[in-house]
Amino acid sequence: MSIEQQVRDYIIENFLFTNDAAALANDASFLEKGIIDSTGVLEMIFFLEQEFSLKVADKEMIPENLDSVNNIVRYVQSKQAG
Amino acid sequence: MCGIAGIFAQAGGAPPQRVELERAISALAHRGPDGHGFYQQGMVGLAHARLSIIDLAGGAQPIHNEDETVWVVFNGEIFNYVELREFLQTQGHRFYTHSDTEVLVHLYEHYGLDFAHHLNGQFALALWDQNQQQLILCRDRAGILPLFYAVQNGRVVFASEIKAVLPVIGGIPALNPAALDQVMTFWSTLGDTTMFEGVRQVLPGEMLIAFDGGIRKQRYWDWRYPSDDDYHGTSVEQQAEELRALLSDATRIRLRADVPVGAYLSGGLDSSVLATLIRANGITPETYSIRFNDAQLDEGVHQQRMAEHLGVQHHQVQCSEAAIGREFPRAIWHTETPILRNAPVPMMLLSGLVHARGAKVVLTGEGADEVLGGYDIFKEAKLRRFWARNPKSLWRPLLLKRLYPYLEFNPARAQSYSEAFFGTGLDQPNATFFAHLPRWSTTAQSKQFYAAEFKARLNTDPLALLEQSLPRDYAQWHSFNRAQYVEAKVLMANYLLWSQGDRMLMANSVEGRFPFLDQRVIEFAARIHPNLKMKVLNEKFLLKHAFINQLPASIVSRSKQPYRAPDIPAFFHDGVALDYVDALLADDVIKRYGYFDAQKTGFLLKKIRAGRAIGYKDNMALVAILSTQMWHHLFVENRNYSEFIRS
Repeated sequence: MSIEQQVRDYIIENFLFTNDAAALANDASFLEKGIIDSTGVLEMIFFLEQEFSLKVADKEMIPENLDSVNNIVRYVQSKQAG
Repeated sequence: MCGIAGIFAQAGGAPPQRVELERAISALAHRGPDGHGFYQQGMVGLAHARLSIIDLAGGAQPIHNEDETVWVVFNGEIFNYVELREFLQTQGHRFYTHSDTEVLVHLYEHYGLDFAHHLNGQFALALWDQNQQQLILCRDRAGILPLFYAVQNGRVVFASEIKAVLPVIGGIPALNPAALDQVMTFWSTLGDTTMFEGVRQVLPGEMLIAFDGGIRKQRYWDWRYPSDDDYHGTSVEQQAEELRALLSDATRIRLRADVPVGAYLSGGLDSSVLATLIRANGITPETYSIRFNDAQLDEGVHQQRMAEHLGVQHHQVQCSEAAIGREFPRAIWHTETPILRNAPVPMMLLSGLVHARGAKVVLTGEGADEVLGGYDIFKEAKLRRFWARNPKSLWRPLLLKRLYPYLEFNPARAQSYSEAFFGTGLDQPNATFFAHLPRWSTTAQSKQFYAAEFKARLNTDPLALLEQSLPRDYAQWHSFNRAQYVEAKVLMANYLLWSQGDRMLMANSVEGRFPFLDQRVIEFAARIHPNLKMKVLNEKFLLKHAFINQLPASIVSRSKQPYRAPDIPAFFHDGVALDYVDALLADDVIKRYGYFDAQKTGFLLKKIRAGRAIGYKDNMALVAILSTQMWHHLFVENRNYSEFIRS
């Protein structure tokens, strides 16, 4: 499964509590849409660290890395490349 | 403390029957296990379930005046009854008991409807004036004691709890959708609304007068703050001295009882101040505390230190997750409303400990945060306003990290996200509810679980409703006082004193007393300048300043830890739910009750079972859904209004 699909499935099921793929656009801001709040971001970091075997540094916990499916995919790819 | 109930048949209404009064009062046996009393004449019937605290031998109710034209049933305590009685005797009134209740009928004779102004106490009462043919329902200022009513078929039916009103009005209770939406915003219903269609509450500080032609309501007290900078002009030392004196006297008169008085000791500032004041009044109370297995929630070290400092006999109840899960259904039966966190349940276990020790009365520090400015949202709002003055500042939001140092999953850890959360409403620092908007918008996230059909039934905006109820000069008050007002009227009156207060105390026939809610303290504190309530970011500054020399330094200097209880872990063990949780959250039951979306709830359960539901939002959603389902099961489906009364 692609990174995008894994991230999408996770967000849709665990934050939107649905299986409707249309409920989430890849460029939708989680903060603006109220999908993820300040504690939700920690859940997502656990998920990313567990699923993609990476370590999210404090300074990387920023919306540019984590605030949409597209941002996460880009972030995970850059971590894996690094 | 006691339970009261009654019926007043207005024009066209059927006269009350004894069997109806018995049915009502038997649903309140937990509030008053020490005996029943009835008064019935013509169109009115009053009933009383007694918990004996003052005048154990002679205090049976209903109580009447000299010529038996004024009758009262009363739940609560009039703490200044000694002084009132002396005064009334000098005015020629003759007393036939030694109870505090009797001052009510004579005070009413003396002052008419102004009688409530003279009471210092916590009370819910029903007074029948035979000459005027009017029934007066009245509640204390802060809303410590409850009083509910329904108007149906030409009758006013009232009682201390809704479960005593329901069997009299009959039929199948229905959930009021607007009420659930309010709970899912504010943690409680607003104003006189209850979860039950057709059942209302008499408001704190309000009097309801029912007569043959109708009903009218009269407010005799409200929280007021200066609108013209009319704060105390005295020095900090003088204000601290006055606060000490007032709290000392508020405590002194709350020690009046013919049974031993104990105290709750949380390990925080307020209960420590209170226990110190009790000791200063020459009494060594037994003290009671909640302990949690989770070190993040437990305050045992501070409780122990304070108990040693006071030299008191200290008792603790260990609130395991299993115990909270087991007692949850009984707690909802008592709260009569859904809840968003499990916090009420340990309070019920705590009153259970008091009861088991054979005690009936405890003093608690509840109210200090509202009256003297202790809540994190007050601090949060101050920071957010400071930030709003320069929204582009990089370092101003860093101050948010000083908040919530006790949380493992510290929302301020990921700064960009805490900015997104606390930044709510930053562009409108003068908004009516500036301080509360972040909390309310977080709470409202549980609404995503509403069933589409239920959502379609909602047609009122809870915030607009609250705005309509604000006093005329609210906008002129200092922003800090505005936040205090909303906190006192919404969260405190309709959640803390209700679901977490009276109902959890009375579940085990224990009376709570609240010196910080003495009206003299409230009115004095209203005129303390906000900068002295929270000095920079030091909450309850004046209270700390007033008692700094009497308390261990560690109690005064520790950062405030809001009381919290385990939520999801109380219902799931290793991913396996308790039986009733499985039953109430099953797809078909969710669909049948009709409030929540079964598929979304299913995904939440899946997340919980996988151990991934760690955040505030998921915990709150689960408790909200489960408690609403439990409410429906108990009050709509089962309708056994004596279900949890111990035989």
